Amino acid sequence: MNGTEARLARIRGRALAKTHNARTIAALASNPGCARRAIMDAAGVDKPRIAAHVGFPAPFGQSRFALARGNAFEAQVKAEGAAQLLTLLRERLNLPIPQAHYDDLAEVGGNPSLDLRHARTKALLARAVTSPGEAGTMFDHPLLRLAVGGRHAFLEPDLIAFQLRGRFHIVEVKSFAVIDGQADGDKVAAAAIQSAVYVLALRDALAEQHVPPEAVSHETILVCPKDFSNQPVATTLDVRKQLTVLRRQLARIARIDDLLDLLPDGLTFDLDPGGDGVPRRSPADLAAAIRQVEAAYVPECLSTCEMCYFCRDEARGCTAALGRAAREELGGVEHVATVLRLAGGAETPGVPGGTVAPGTARTPVTPDLAEAAELLRRAARLRAEASRAGAPRREAG
Amino acid sequence: MTERAAELAEQAAARILADLGGSRRGVVVDSPPGAGKSTLVVRAAAALADAGEPVMVIAQTNEQVDDLTDRLAAARPQLALGRLAAGDYAPPDRVTRHPRVRLSTRLADLSGCPVVLSTAHKWATVRAEAAWPWAIVDEAYQMRSDLLLRVAGLFQRALFVGDPGQLDPFSVVQTERWTGLSWDPMQSAVAVLLRHNPDLPVHVLPVSWRLPASAAPVVSEAFYPFTGFAAATGPGERRVAFATASFGDHAVDRALETAAAHGWALYELPARHAVRTDAEAAAACADLAARLLQRGAVCHSERSPAGDPVTAGRVAVGTAHRDQAAAVRAALADRGVTGVTADTANRLQGREFDVVIVLHPLSGRRDATAFHLEAGRLCVLTTRHRHACLVVARAGIPELLDAHPSAEPVHLNVPVRFPDGWEANQAMLAHLSQWKVRAP
Amino acid sequence: MSTLTSLARAVAVATGTAQRTCTVRHVHVSARPLVFVPLALAGEAVAPLAAIVGDQPQAPALLVVAEPRDRDQRFAFAADLAAVVLRYIDGYLAEQEPTPGREPATRYADAPQLLVPNQAGITFTRLLGRSTRFRRTEGPYAVPPSVPLLGRWLTFFTERAESPSSSLMLAATDVLAAHWATGQSPVEDRNLGALLGWIDPPPGMSGAQAAAAAEDPVRCPPAGPATDPTFDNEVLDQRMLAVRAARLSGDGRAFQRAAAALTAALATQLEPTWALMWRAVALLRALPEGAHVAARWDGDKDAFTWHARHVADGGPPQPRRDGAVAAARRLASLERLHEMVAAQRAFDDPLVMAEHRLAGEAFAGRVVAAEPDRVVGAGARRVLRPRITVETGDVPPAEPGGTFTSPARPGQQARVVAVTAAGGRTRVVLELRGGMGRSLTPPPGSMPALGEFVSYAAFGDGWQPPPAFPAPEDTPWTHGGPPARYAPDDDDAREDWS
Repeated sequence: MNGTEARLARIRGRALAKTHNARTIAALASNPGCARRAIMDAAGVDKPRIAAHVGFPAPFGQSRFALARGNAFEAQVKAEGAAQLLTLLRERLNLPIPQAHYDDLAEVGGNPSLDLRHARTKALLARAVTSPGEAGTMFDHPLLRLAVGGRHAFLEPDLIAFQLRGRFHIVEVKSFAVIDGQADGDKVAAAAIQSAVYVLALRDALAEQHVPPEAVSHETILVCPKDFSNQPVATTLDVRKQLTVLRRQLARIARIDDLLDLLPDGLTFDLDPGGDGVPRRSPADLAAAIRQVEAAYVPECLSTCEMCYFCRDEARGCTAALGRAAREELGGVEHVATVLRLAGGAETPGVPGGTVAPGTARTPVTPDLAEAAELLRRAARLRAEASRAGAPRREAG
Repeated sequence: MTERAAELAEQAAARILADLGGSRRGVVVDSPPGAGKSTLVVRAAAALADAGEPVMVIAQTNEQVDDLTDRLAAARPQLALGRLAAGDYAPPDRVTRHPRVRLSTRLADLSGCPVVLSTAHKWATVRAEAAWPWAIVDEAYQMRSDLLLRVAGLFQRALFVGDPGQLDPFSVVQTERWTGLSWDPMQSAVAVLLRHNPDLPVHVLPVSWRLPASAAPVVSEAFYPFTGFAAATGPGERRVAFATASFGDHAVDRALETAAAHGWALYELPARHAVRTDAEAAAACADLAARLLQRGAVCHSERSPAGDPVTAGRVAVGTAHRDQAAAVRAALADRGVTGVTADTANRLQGREFDVVIVLHPLSGRRDATAFHLEAGRLCVLTTRHRHACLVVARAGIPELLDAHPSAEPVHLNVPVRFPDGWEANQAMLAHLSQWKVRAP
Repeated sequence: MSTLTSLARAVAVATGTAQRTCTVRHVHVSARPLVFVPLALAGEAVAPLAAIVGDQPQAPALLVVAEPRDRDQRFAFAADLAAVVLRYIDGYLAEQEPTPGREPATRYADAPQLLVPNQAGITFTRLLGRSTRFRRTEGPYAVPPSVPLLGRWLTFFTERAESPSSSLMLAATDVLAAHWATGQSPVEDRNLGALLGWIDPPPGMSGAQAAAAAEDPVRCPPAGPATDPTFDNEVLDQRMLAVRAARLSGDGRAFQRAAAALTAALATQLEPTWALMWRAVALLRALPEGAHVAARWDGDKDAFTWHARHVADGGPPQPRRDGAVAAARRLASLERLHEMVAAQRAFDDPLVMAEHRLAGEAFAGRVVAAEPDRVVGAGARRVLRPRITVETGDVPPAEPGGTFTSPARPGQQARVVAVTAAGGRTRVVLELRGGMGRSLTPPPGSMPALGEFVSYAAFGDGWQPPPAFPAPEDTPWTHGGPPARYAPDDDDAREDWS
């Protein structure tokens, strides 16, 4: 284990590193500026457990109805040698009629290790490139691998299709509906970046066999239920932008040392579980440790990161908690109390005179803040004047 | 360099004009900044008129229409041109000085004119008995497709000319109702045209006459990644020199000299989050403009090897927001500088200057938004100059870009647009960093 | 959002209660709105699970679907919902009023109003409308005729919801957030319970505390249509299984018990939101109505009348997607309305006008000089063009020449003649025209008097005529040519369910 890995392991403590999957890798792009998230993700800590232990359990959960639906749709699409899928892909990718092979890579016999399955996947895919007879094959349950930081994440795309002209296409099956050709933009974005993760992983796998990256198409296939039925519909997704974003984020993770250097030695998020699995570390102590790593909380964290409630509580009184746009509108001033003081304190309607938050009382109005102060004063004056005015009366004529 | 460039440009123009004589219903021409778009429009209009085909010319603003009218009248003084206008239009000198240009608010008055020019909005109110055989649509990438829908019934065939790298049309309305539809009214005219007619020929003008050799390669790579273009002039053909020397080691002077020597300069203010109308940044832009004029800058070019003085009218400051432009104007007035244009990217589109100063859209910001990252905006701001471009920015932009989250929704059946704003900003900044001058 | 609204949020953080961002209400609130709170089964496109619906706080209808994936039960739900909604709409088809000087000569005297908790509720309603309006009433996949009719009405409401001038369908979170600034972010404002917690906290609790309490899905179930996943996994699943088992076993009593248990469970998820909705309605009713709201509601009455007559005349259902011409026409309309509503809101409400003043799009101050009798032109062509000088502390208009309008005299245009600095403030000289009759002296009150406080905005609330578009059958080749004629086909009526 090299130095970086050792430091990350110390932060993680005795717990096993959480394995990455396509979804968590995709989530790396959601707030790259947050050091707390970067360190926790790099170290592979169990964020939900930590959040729960410090008293701010994460608000995320999955309904079993949604899970069941997703599994059922995928099973249906892949049933009978992926018959439905084949029809769709034939139209989309011009697979040869009458048949395409269907290869289930999960069948290796016995209970193979992930490494073994991965090796077999690589071998079969590489063979597909070189031997023409393999054209028009669909590979089910392939196992790919991607280096994330110092660790390998094993990834299982839904399907890989291989078509005549020697190109591989990642196929992702999702159960959100495409209605009249439109689907929820956030869900499609998530599917696109997950597909891009698989594209990268597949390119890596083939690169070892000296297959050029263009062999894996940047056009992936998204398969969803059509309208209100269970009939699948396939749409191509161009994931070139997602690929650049991913490469950038993976490169960032590789630079985690820069962040680690800023942290005190001996910092750890270890829960110190006893024999019965119950954490012995005091929540206050753990919270103090977490606060040693700076966070960059914004309300968008509420839908992407399990630490969100903890960080939101920490950010109370900061303008960032009101949203990026609000912070900008308030001249970029960091604390609500400073905003109100600059805006004019007693003149601001509704603010009891003399309300001052600890630590901000004596913030001097530096040249930095002078322009913001001017803006806020004007805003406060206008607000006071308009509130007093009430609705205007119309003049006759 | 200029001869070879002229050859390439001529060959491209010949191919385009040949297509006009062919059987295609439409022809699209992608024109990078300063590539001779207006010249091409004038040539095409003249060629069609010469061939006896009545032409309607559609531009987006009155100013664009007037420029084309002026140039076409100069190229073909004996041709009767009709300038169709709205009621509140006041014709400028460059239009009225041509005796054969007829002005009217009614199409019927212009019936004898082989070429009629007007804005898209005015054309959209016209009801003609017969369709024109030909239309030429200028700035077609900046035109929104719903406006094209309203005028397309007036013509049978059309030449569409525009710059795909500059600002997209926009709307105050925010909705996803039409996203993914091939006739999405919020897309540009060319985007919709090509989705329904994918076999139309798309030409690219290969040479920029405006951008110097110091600018063309980086702009081409950052904003025109798939087509690219070259500068008409070679290294050293466009130069800026100063009549007076600098005194002291002032950052402003160093920045001006860097720009003169390399065509670019990045004037970097200390890192700080600032309000949009950052007074220090506005002051820096005004200082650079004032000092440039004060030092008697002279620009040498292939058109004028002996050099021409850079006058205030040939200098501009470009910003992202109107209030920033107003702050710069106030700062210029404070320094007693008059005649320098300070305006937003939207309003600088189509215009050209010798030296341009740009207030970087991301300067002083905590976060990048889609508006500020938009590639088209930065492209317009950095492609107005013939000689040199100075960018004023607070330090900290690379960190801002690095921390930018990628959480944009993705829509089905919408072709992916390149260049990506983030990538384009990154590329420009990387290039500019070589010519960094730190302000105290 | 603007600095003023963000400042109001900052004040809310400090004081613990939401701050008003408007002095008046900018939407119409019906005397009898139909409140609709749907719940959907997780993972499906639009599988209704349950809904509570009614036009007064007491005795709402509670509709439950035991097997949301079962086609017949889904359409039975739709029929039940249709009974409530169509009966409600019928109530507005009774009375008409004249529309003098316009075509058609009458319209319905009032229009229905559909209220849902949030944007997701509008999306759900839109999809429900889409999944029902094309259904056939005969043939192999027949549904009762009220179902496609419901679909068309629901689609009508959700299309109106896209227009900035319409109040026919409103999301409670959107409307409340437009009138109050809370001490949390707009993301958190999407939670109706948290939003109301800030606006109207229970005694003894601050806004922040009430909002935090509302985020606990056990104390305050989500307003839907998405259900709480823990509820799904720990309660809903078993109750649905129990109903299924009882039905399969044939035991009538067990089935009734299981169905009642399921209904009771879903009621616990719906009734709190129902109460929140009526609290929201009460809070909005308490605000004074903006001056232009009634005129905008008239537009809604026109739209309602048009659709009711279209349906009665046997017109076709709304198409799945807009054609090229329809899309362009609609965009133009939305843009005009956007401008009109923005101007009307500013004219009706000094707090909204204040935002424009801060942004440099409007200014206000006192009249320090006036020339009421100023006349230009000669002989018979003399016209009254009074001038006033307004002294303001606001950001002045950039250059002379712009045209401004005052909310107090919207029929009058003011052209900026000169802008001069005057000791830290600015003096703007305006030339006035219109709204003063035809004589050469202005009648009293028709123009601002010396000392009067006035405000001017760089926009007017005037109506602009709609632009001309080709007919759909003349769609040009650039946009794909004329579209194929719509022919209803079996795909519309048929679908496979999971």
